[in-house]
Amino acid sequence: MTTPVPTRRTPLRPELLTPVLAVLVALALGAVLVAVADEDTVSALGYFTSRPMDTLSAAWDAVSSAYAALFSGALGSSVALSETLVTATPLILAGLAVAVPFRAGLFNIGGEGQLLAGGAAAGFVGFTFHGLPLLVHLPLALLAALVAGGLVGAVPGVLKARTGAHEVITTIMINNIMGPVLLALLVTSLFQAPGRSDPISRSVASTARMPSPAGSDIRVDLGLLVALLAAVAVWWLIERSTLGFQIRAVGANATAAVTAGMSATRTTVLSMAIAGGLAGLGGAGMVLGASGQGAVTSSFSSGVGFDGITVALLGRGKAGGTVAAGLVFGALRAGGLRMQARTGTPVDLIVVIQALVILFIAAPRVIQSLFRIRANGSMGTTVAKGWGA
Amino acid sequence: MRLELKGITKRFPGVIANDHVDLVVEPGEVHGLLGENGAGKSTLMNILYGLYHADEGEILIDGEPVSFTGPGDAIAAGIGMVHQHFQLVGNFSVAENVVLGAEPMRGAGRYDRRAAEAAVAELSVRHGLPVDPAAIVEELPVGIQQRVEILKALYRDASLLILDEPTAVLTPQEADDLFVAVKGLQEAGRSIVFISHKLREHRSLADRISVLRRGRIVGTADPRTASDDMLAELMVGRPVDLVVSKGTAAPSEPVLQVTSLTVLDAAGQPRVDDVSLTVHRGEIVGIAGVEGNGQTELVRAITGLQKPTTGTVDMLGRDITSMSRREVLRSGVGHVPEDRTTEGLVGEFSVAENLMLDLWNAEPFAAHGVLRFDAIAAHAQEEALSFDIRTPDVHTRVSTLSGGNQQKVVVAREFSRENDLLVCSQPTRGVDVGSIEYIHARIVAQRDNGAAVLIVSSELDEVLALADRVAVLYRGQLRGPYAMPLAKDVVGQLMAGGDPAELELSPQETR
Repeated sequence: MTTPVPTRRTPLRPELLTPVLAVLVALALGAVLVAVADEDTVSALGYFTSRPMDTLSAAWDAVSSAYAALFSGALGSSVALSETLVTATPLILAGLAVAVPFRAGLFNIGGEGQLLAGGAAAGFVGFTFHGLPLLVHLPLALLAALVAGGLVGAVPGVLKARTGAHEVITTIMINNIMGPVLLALLVTSLFQAPGRSDPISRSVASTARMPSPAGSDIRVDLGLLVALLAAVAVWWLIERSTLGFQIRAVGANATAAVTAGMSATRTTVLSMAIAGGLAGLGGAGMVLGASGQGAVTSSFSSGVGFDGITVALLGRGKAGGTVAAGLVFGALRAGGLRMQARTGTPVDLIVVIQALVILFIAAPRVIQSLFRIRANGSMGTTVAKGWGA
Repeated sequence: MRLELKGITKRFPGVIANDHVDLVVEPGEVHGLLGENGAGKSTLMNILYGLYHADEGEILIDGEPVSFTGPGDAIAAGIGMVHQHFQLVGNFSVAENVVLGAEPMRGAGRYDRRAAEAAVAELSVRHGLPVDPAAIVEELPVGIQQRVEILKALYRDASLLILDEPTAVLTPQEADDLFVAVKGLQEAGRSIVFISHKLREHRSLADRISVLRRGRIVGTADPRTASDDMLAELMVGRPVDLVVSKGTAAPSEPVLQVTSLTVLDAAGQPRVDDVSLTVHRGEIVGIAGVEGNGQTELVRAITGLQKPTTGTVDMLGRDITSMSRREVLRSGVGHVPEDRTTEGLVGEFSVAENLMLDLWNAEPFAAHGVLRFDAIAAHAQEEALSFDIRTPDVHTRVSTLSGGNQQKVVVAREFSRENDLLVCSQPTRGVDVGSIEYIHARIVAQRDNGAAVLIVSSELDEVLALADRVAVLYRGQLRGPYAMPLAKDVVGQLMAGGDPAELELSPQETR
């Protein structure tokens, strides 16, 4: 017998429509930027009044070639598709690390620090042990990442629960702590590669690397599967488990949750620890995966922990949405590199587009009034609540 | 001022809040506006005060059509409004609050405190609304704060005053003072629109009563001739039983025993002051009192939401003082919290989820950490039927239900467990008459089934109608309980701090 799931009865359409339109409008505004930055377009603009079509066709050329390169770089070939998936993998995990606390009414800005901890722990297990079979070594490294990230995530949770310290402040501060700590670790004998003076760890044993099933050009690896499984687990946890019920109740109305006998303290700590574990897995993938250097470096995360915030916002804090958002941003980034190489349009455009998407998500009224969507305001209030908690 | 509303219609997505409302307020008239919560009273008054714009219809003042784009226009036209929730700056003085926005000046932009205080003193004497202009507002009792609100409107020369549920926060005595002041304003030629859902108040104050139901004026009545039953029927749309019918209580063993309970606030001041109380199986004990006299803290301490500073709470001989909230609930205590929207319900959750909110990880709603949606839905269907919860289906978001139906969700949840003790705070606040009738009957049924029931309510009529014994909380101290029947004015005096000895009352533990 199929049973109706209470939380899934809310109308899905406007919820889905706003993020999609946000991405499209951001791409359109990005096109304006491309046109304005294009030399041919700007020089044609000088005689716009006499020959307006010159400007328009120059702009069209610039935009269409840039976006064509972007598209083919993201999806145009199996290599391109693989790069999109490789880029998306840590974004999905970092996004989930924001999405879970989000449902508990918490804003986790600490994905970066948690990711660094997870990557360092995975790398440590990876290069310290030798001679283990892959089926033992790789899971052990992932477990280390899960635990290390989880611990780093739990700290702001405990601080919030015990002292009321706002998690936004504490997670940012822990990010600031984790960077230098990693740097310091990397030059100790515990980590540093022999014969090196720069901060880089020893090489991870092959038995702890993410296997990549395809040939040498196709870099997508087992990490993608880990990310997708994590997303399914998060969906199950939030929507189906009693812990998820608590997380949702505390996030939606903490006073009522406590009045019903739930522990807001426990929920806060647990959801932050789970988030840290997810970010930690993301970090592990970046160290052990084909996209990484097979070693821990001081900059291996390249800010993905922060990008997780944008991914979760576009994904509206839902597991499925976060996967979709991770894929979209992964495609934009992978395609952006190709676009820069082929048309000279700087990859920074992608950063701008990403920021515009989040602006439209945070201020959904802009999109809703642009396309006359009946406002339900759900996302706007959720974002505000995350901050006010 | 003669005010006329013609065909006022206001639509919100999915509802018609006001449906061609016609209303005339004659000069010097107290016009009662009666209706249940959600009947459209507030919407109508917000249109009149310029906060909303009507979709159709017009407002005429002394025969001239007017159009308001904001409260500023309404005030300029001579309309004043005293909101249910006061709009006062707490750390300003009375005079500063009254003149705020129209301050008397001396020289270039210097606030003239003396002129302001003199003006407010004069106004206060002229209208029989005694206040100290120099007093700081947040230090004043609620009744006086309300006077400040009225003076604010009068200072702006309001000739029509809207009073929105003015007695909700007052003691009976303060309400009487308010009524005297309103009569005085009326004699001075001002018109008053008086909004309330309490029939008694309309009968003692209004010259004419208009009854609003589902956005429409369904009748106008003369308070001298209309009976309570007739007004209630107009308001609800069907005959209503205004008297709680219950048999004599048969109290047996003590269930709840509170001993010397004291709760101090952060500043070390007692919110609950050495309270001892016993509630027996098969009786309803009611605690009356003006809000803010320690009711919230007492109930929180009894139900495990707050640890008392000193004292103990025993249930059936077991000390539950240091139990967690969850343990308290699951050891046989049902608790209807005072504010359903902040404490009782998760608005974004469905009716079904809210009906098992406090048993989220217990059989049959969960097994091995996994929610069982079929059990949750089946339970919800059953409770919705048995408690007459009007909802499209049990998966509807609870926040979309009416106040009365939301309260029924809370009551159904708390009453559906096996309870030895039921604690109900404000069980019918903001609930329509029909639902009140229903919830009261359920409370009595719980008593007759052998539960010990504690009712805490600031609605004195409710406490007197339900309780077998009545106690009063005043500044954290408990007076009583006393066996019913008790005269209403006696309880009213206790609520205002009257001395039980002078009222010739002697406490009775059981009867």
